Amino acid sequence: MSSAQIEIQLIACIVAIACAIPGTFLVLRKMALISDAISHSILPGLVLGFFITHDLNSPILIFMAALSGVVTVVLVEFIQKTKLVKEDTAIGLVFPVLFSIGVIMIAKNANDVHLDTDAILLGELAFAPFDRFLVDGSDLGPKSLWIIGTILLITIGLLFAFFKELKISTFDAGLATALGFSPIMIHYGLMSVASITIVGSFDAVGAILVVALMIAPAATAYLLTDNLKKMLGLSVVFGVFSAISGYWLAHWLDASISGSMTTVLGIVFLTVYLFAPKRGLISVLYRNKQQQIEVSLLTFLLHLNNHQEISERHINHLNEHINWRRVKSKSVLDLALKNNMIVIEKSIISLTDKGKNFTDKAIDYIITNDHSKIESIKEDFFLFRG
Amino acid sequence: MGSICGMLGSFAVLRKQSLLGDAISHAALPGIAIAFLITGTKETNVLLIGALVSGLLGAFWIRGITKRTHLKSDTALGLILSIFFGFGMLLLTYIQKLPNANQSGLDKFLFGQAATLLARDVWFMASVTSICLVVLLLFWKEFKILLFDADYAKTLGFNIQFIDILITSFIVIAIVLGLQTVGVVLMSAMLLAPAAAARQWTNSLGVMVMLAAFFGASSGVIGTAISASQNNLSTGPVIVLVAAVFVVFSFIFSPSRGLLFRQIRFIQNRKDLKLHKTLAFMFEIAKGHENISHPHAVKILNNFHGYTRKSLGKLEQKEYINVAGSMWSMTPKGYHFAANLYNQQGNENE
Repeated sequence: MSSAQIEIQLIACIVAIACAIPGTFLVLRKMALISDAISHSILPGLVLGFFITHDLNSPILIFMAALSGVVTVVLVEFIQKTKLVKEDTAIGLVFPVLFSIGVIMIAKNANDVHLDTDAILLGELAFAPFDRFLVDGSDLGPKSLWIIGTILLITIGLLFAFFKELKISTFDAGLATALGFSPIMIHYGLMSVASITIVGSFDAVGAILVVALMIAPAATAYLLTDNLKKMLGLSVVFGVFSAISGYWLAHWLDASISGSMTTVLGIVFLTVYLFAPKRGLISVLYRNKQQQIEVSLLTFLLHLNNHQEISERHINHLNEHINWRRVKSKSVLDLALKNNMIVIEKSIISLTDKGKNFTDKAIDYIITNDHSKIESIKEDFFLFRG
Repeated sequence: MGSICGMLGSFAVLRKQSLLGDAISHAALPGIAIAFLITGTKETNVLLIGALVSGLLGAFWIRGITKRTHLKSDTALGLILSIFFGFGMLLLTYIQKLPNANQSGLDKFLFGQAATLLARDVWFMASVTSICLVVLLLFWKEFKILLFDADYAKTLGFNIQFIDILITSFIVIAIVLGLQTVGVVLMSAMLLAPAAAARQWTNSLGVMVMLAAFFGASSGVIGTAISASQNNLSTGPVIVLVAAVFVVFSFIFSPSRGLLFRQIRFIQNRKDLKLHKTLAFMFEIAKGHENISHPHAVKILNNFHGYTRKSLGKLEQKEYINVAGSMWSMTPKGYHFAANLYNQQGNENE
């Protein structure tokens, strides 16, 4: 590994961490798409900044870009407050307009400058190490490393300082106001941090990857845990993982680094989406099925309880009476047998004491619809835990 | 093109899926790249089919995420958008590194250039537009019911899922077609802006769809005209800006929902309230006399009661009171009105 490679991976990791932190809060606050909007609407700010300074490397550029990010947020909020359209429509209206303004400004005035939309949307991580940060002729490492590192430090500092406030205002804005925190202040603070992070990172990795790095790790972590601290930690881990493995994937394919990082993020999300223990697609489907069978079991036991006649309790009768298919009746029967709720003698089913007990309790629950009742059923019979 | 976006956009806006367009237009990219990788041609139709497939895939994955997990739709949209787009970029850069590939021009899809369209493409678009129109008319009732009351539609026995898929597919088709004209980023604006503007003018779905189509078409025409008249102006952004002007105009000037009229109504209400206050006070005084039209001195009214010379004049204009010199007296009409005013308030308080 050459030093340039290490530097690229370092930058990628730091960007990933810096994005994951505000991203988590954005996802929790249901404002994930704001990051997309900001990343596009930065463009006019950049162009304006360039007109002012005529220098692509000046810090004013970053400042203007961050400012236009905040302007986006304010505009979106304003449109939303008029109650004329919904929030998502407001977002969808604001950022293409700002982006078009940016594109037109470039086309009209700065056509010959290296400020094309490609570079802004995609970024190129591979060139990041060549842009050195020189102080008095001594080489202090890549410039973007310094920029994004500073942003990360500020973000982490703010996170520790305002963790409590952020947490409360994210989950219960009303309570936060009552306690004397200003949710609006925190909202705009978060938005400013997000837009500065986006601006700082897109120089290195491009606008689309910034959005992916903000949303994807947080969303993946959210599928795995409900705990805010764990979620933050997990999203940082996912971000770093995809940064490093994405780099090597790109190295192997000789393709865009930001593209492959996003792809890894996508794969990680897909895996978690399918296999997460509680929220994953497979476990959700399994649980639905389980609940269906358990409800059927209940129906079946109630049926048995109601009928003393032999003919009503014959195994084959089930199919026609409750109108289940063969497979389903079999799985229900198995479940009941496994739980010792029924016994089968010569194809005649009868309830055991345990089954009878269960049925009585269940009827009690159904009649009263009292939630404390089902708790005891859950404990006694290991059912309905989904 | 503008009109088809407008029509379908109405549904997207009303279904709170406004940003679906944005997500799908990004999600179409890997499809284009894969279609190119497989076939190796730059035939527009092949690439469009690829875009269509991956757009649909993205759309349905978004639905899957919001349905099956607790992630919210905004997260799902952002996620799919960025991941698909990133994957598309990966493929594009990979293609660029391939030897002998005539890959140039693939990224034209990203930003779109209406001027590069051929007559054949235009005919293709027109035919798709008319197909959309026919389907829209055929399923009008179903679409409408699904939009506003999905549960009711279900109880009526409509196949919700089918209709839902139908709408989503049409939105995807419109987007994929639009990609060539205005490009990925601006597509969502094309879908949203006409519909959002139309929404301000009417509460009826039919009128809204028509208006949205009209707004979309005219912003397309005007935008193209402007961009053709000046050099160095790409078509897409100009169209979007024209559409945005429509939206701003509608926001401000629409008669029932517009900001301007809302403000006017607000001020008017406030004035009315002040007048009523003065009148109520007068009523209290007049009530104490046998003759309701007994004259009183203007002096006993002060600023606190909302009294100004102007408000007095206004009340006189409405024939609620008579003013003679420095005295005023209530007319029977004013007396009745004030009495009812009082009753109304009493009723509301109960």
